Amino acid sequence: MSNNEIFSEFLQETHENLALLDSDLILLETNPGEKSTLAQVFRTLHSIKGTAGFLGFVKLQDVAHSAESLLSRLRSGEMQFKETVATVLLQVVDAIREMLVSIESTGKEGPADYTGLIARVDSLKMTGGAAAPSAPSPAPVFNSPAPVINSAISVLQFASSPQAPSDTLVMPANDEPSTSRSGTSDMATGDGSEVRTSSAADSNIRVDVGLLDKLMNLVGELVLSRNQILQYSDSHEDNGFLAAVQRLDLLISELQAAVMKTRMQPIGSVLNRFPRIVRDQALVCGKKVRLEISGQETELDRTLIEAIRDPLVHMVRNAIDHGIEAPAVRLSRGKQEEGRLRIDAFHEGGKVIVEITDDGGGIDIARLREKALQSELLAPDVIAKMTHTELLRLIFLPGFSTADRVTQTSGRGVGMDVVLTNIERIGGTVDIESTPGKETTIRTKIPLTLAIIPALIVSCGGEQYAVPQVSLLELVRLEPDQAKRGVERMHGVPVYRLRDAMLPLLFLDEQLEIESDRSPDDEVNIVVLQADDRPFGLVVDSIRDTEEIVVKPLQKQIKGIPVFAGAAIMGDGRISLVLDVLGLARRANVISGAKNHAISDLAPSEKEEEVETEPVLLFASCAGGQMAIPLSLVSRLEEFPRGTVESLGSRQVVQYCGGILPLIDVSHELEQLRLRGSGVPAASVASVPARDEVESITVIVYTAGDQQAGLMVGNVLDIIHEHIVARSRANRPGVLFTAVVQERVTEFVDVPLLVRESLFDVIQSTT
Amino acid sequence: MSISQQYCTFFLGQECFGLDVLRVQEIVRSQTLTHVPLAHRMVRGLINLRGQLVTVIDLRRRLDLPDRDDSCEPVNVVVQTDDGAVSLLVDEIGDVLEVSELQFERPPETLQRSSRDLISGVYKLPDRLLVVLDPDRVVSLPER
Repeated sequence: MSNNEIFSEFLQETHENLALLDSDLILLETNPGEKSTLAQVFRTLHSIKGTAGFLGFVKLQDVAHSAESLLSRLRSGEMQFKETVATVLLQVVDAIREMLVSIESTGKEGPADYTGLIARVDSLKMTGGAAAPSAPSPAPVFNSPAPVINSAISVLQFASSPQAPSDTLVMPANDEPSTSRSGTSDMATGDGSEVRTSSAADSNIRVDVGLLDKLMNLVGELVLSRNQILQYSDSHEDNGFLAAVQRLDLLISELQAAVMKTRMQPIGSVLNRFPRIVRDQALVCGKKVRLEISGQETELDRTLIEAIRDPLVHMVRNAIDHGIEAPAVRLSRGKQEEGRLRIDAFHEGGKVIVEITDDGGGIDIARLREKALQSELLAPDVIAKMTHTELLRLIFLPGFSTADRVTQTSGRGVGMDVVLTNIERIGGTVDIESTPGKETTIRTKIPLTLAIIPALIVSCGGEQYAVPQVSLLELVRLEPDQAKRGVERMHGVPVYRLRDAMLPLLFLDEQLEIESDRSPDDEVNIVVLQADDRPFGLVVDSIRDTEEIVVKPLQKQIKGIPVFAGAAIMGDGRISLVLDVLGLARRANVISGAKNHAISDLAPSEKEEEVETEPVLLFASCAGGQMAIPLSLVSRLEEFPRGTVESLGSRQVVQYCGGILPLIDVSHELEQLRLRGSGVPAASVASVPARDEVESITVIVYTAGDQQAGLMVGNVLDIIHEHIVARSRANRPGVLFTAVVQERVTEFVDVPLLVRESLFDVIQSTT
Repeated sequence: MSISQQYCTFFLGQECFGLDVLRVQEIVRSQTLTHVPLAHRMVRGLINLRGQLVTVIDLRRRLDLPDRDDSCEPVNVVVQTDDGAVSLLVDEIGDVLEVSELQFERPPETLQRSSRDLISGVYKLPDRLLVVLDPDRVVSLPER
């Protein structure tokens, strides 16, 4: 075995050992009498020291040595394991980790000086022993049913240099017996028998992850080749051939399942870091926290394990920092002094669920609202309309933090949004529930694997595209006669009314800038997708089928296109580009960077927002669209004969109740507002050009204080008293919001603004 | 003694180009091309090369040459890059030629087009000039 291999073997082993040390030390802290754990810590450190000495890492060896001698005093019962001891030993672990990182990158231990740490360890060894009463039985107890065989194994391993095991078959490092290679005197004589029995050790091998990935890819391709053969075999009658194909089919399915399993790892490999993280965080925050973990054995794909690591750490830290109260506060609230943090992992509905629950103060909705107002990330009227769930989801807004102070770990306002983005990137979701004063649960749903995903195949412009099914909500097909009425245009933007909710539509051909095969008379296929909690409809030429696909990354020449997540080779050998739903939505501005929209009408089906309960007046504008204003703003409805309209400057007026009533053409004025907003100078020509043929004009008289104005409209339709549900925010100035009223898209006009703007215009043009 | 090198040669119109034979993985004729919308105009699409996704770059467009007419069936020259195999579409494939270093010359200064960066030099063959391309530069597309 070459030097390099020994090196990487050492690094890998030591990293594993360190993770083990972390959890063992925490265990010891809570249960100092645990002799077998102490012995294991001792052995682990000893073997790190031994290998470090063998490879010539003097500093590493020294640090490990000092900790080891401290441990030997603990083990002999001359000292007792206390929090101070744990802290120092954990510092040792950190120091070793630091050196490992340096060794990994530079091959050296790094410039850091650890003499201070060694001195601390040594002084603790001197002072700590005095206070501690000696423990009765220092000899570690082991339950070793077959000591003879075990020592035989250990002898064998002594013979074949344990620092350089064979390259393929490696026993997990923690199960290797300690060796006396470094020759330290405190290596107890009985250690040779301290071999733990572990059946797993003999049946485990360490395999390069790259190899597993390659295997996974190959099996993915094999599955596709099988599909091709299956298709081909359909046209054959030969029984022998068909039987062979069938067997092949079964075997490959089994092979695929087995290979998928090799990539599965128990989530415990992430969760076992948490005792340490929780302990450190609790110390920093001055809180007492008990951690309970269940479901460590829940398995998921290793690439996902890596992806959820950081988000989980962040959420746990958050729970301790913001969730669990300080001990004094807890006592005053009648809770146990020690806070409880629970991490539960389990399978549910083909997904892995990780729940983080703390029994802390919960999330204060009122404070969230207040903070949201202060932060000015959202408009006050949007915040006022938010539901409980929506307010809770505010914590996922970028730049939003409820912490009053910035600590080392939280309160900077970056965090939960990053957590959400990271989880969503792997096709997961994050939900939050909170009972004020009692507890908060953050529930993360993660798919089992990313390697093979189910996708819906759609076609557009003669090519087929795959849409990952995670973002798929439903499919809507409009027959040709329905299609004409179904797809409406709201100020040029196509929308579809899906169960009375307005669904913005994107046409895939327009988004991809390709030629569609669809003719206007064809049926319309809408794929309803969800991006960032915001549903939208994607219009495609046709919907094919669902298929399991292996998503492959694109090469750098085409990587930069945000609407594609990759490509997949289909069963028939054709290539399908995989659509990136989030990227597509961003490109079409379905979701904006600020996420305001997503929050203002989040999940409309769950809870509808009631914004208007007062009666409103429905009318058709001169341009034809349906609009509405609150009835309370209407003082009278009037009809004026055409001839009574007079001109005053650029404005049209009528004499009304002994005064002059300026007339405002609603649709014209809205257009002017929009033009002004976009920097185009307003045209000075006034309205009523198109209605010369009509006898009279319909005017809604609006009074505010001593000011009056007449709103010219096409015709008044109705007065309605129903609850109006806001469906979408306005897309032009002068409009408050749009909603569906009596099955028509209706714009709610901001009358005060409109009047202010247009009368200002009158003053301008008459002076 | 001169060091000789082998080049895989191909044609774009009348011009003869060459790529280091060691970088050429294979030559593939007519493949179903999957169009990639919104991609760089030099990218013609993707092909499925025995289960591997290969990006296809139109070498004519890459070298600022006019598009070939529809009657001409282009050939894929698949080159190896550090990002996997990439195919270059050419008009017609030529022989693998062994040329001597003595015939080599840098491209003339008067060649000032953007494609100059892509050309590492010229071999003066008895009957024609062989323009040698730098495969790594050819596959890294300019910013749009």
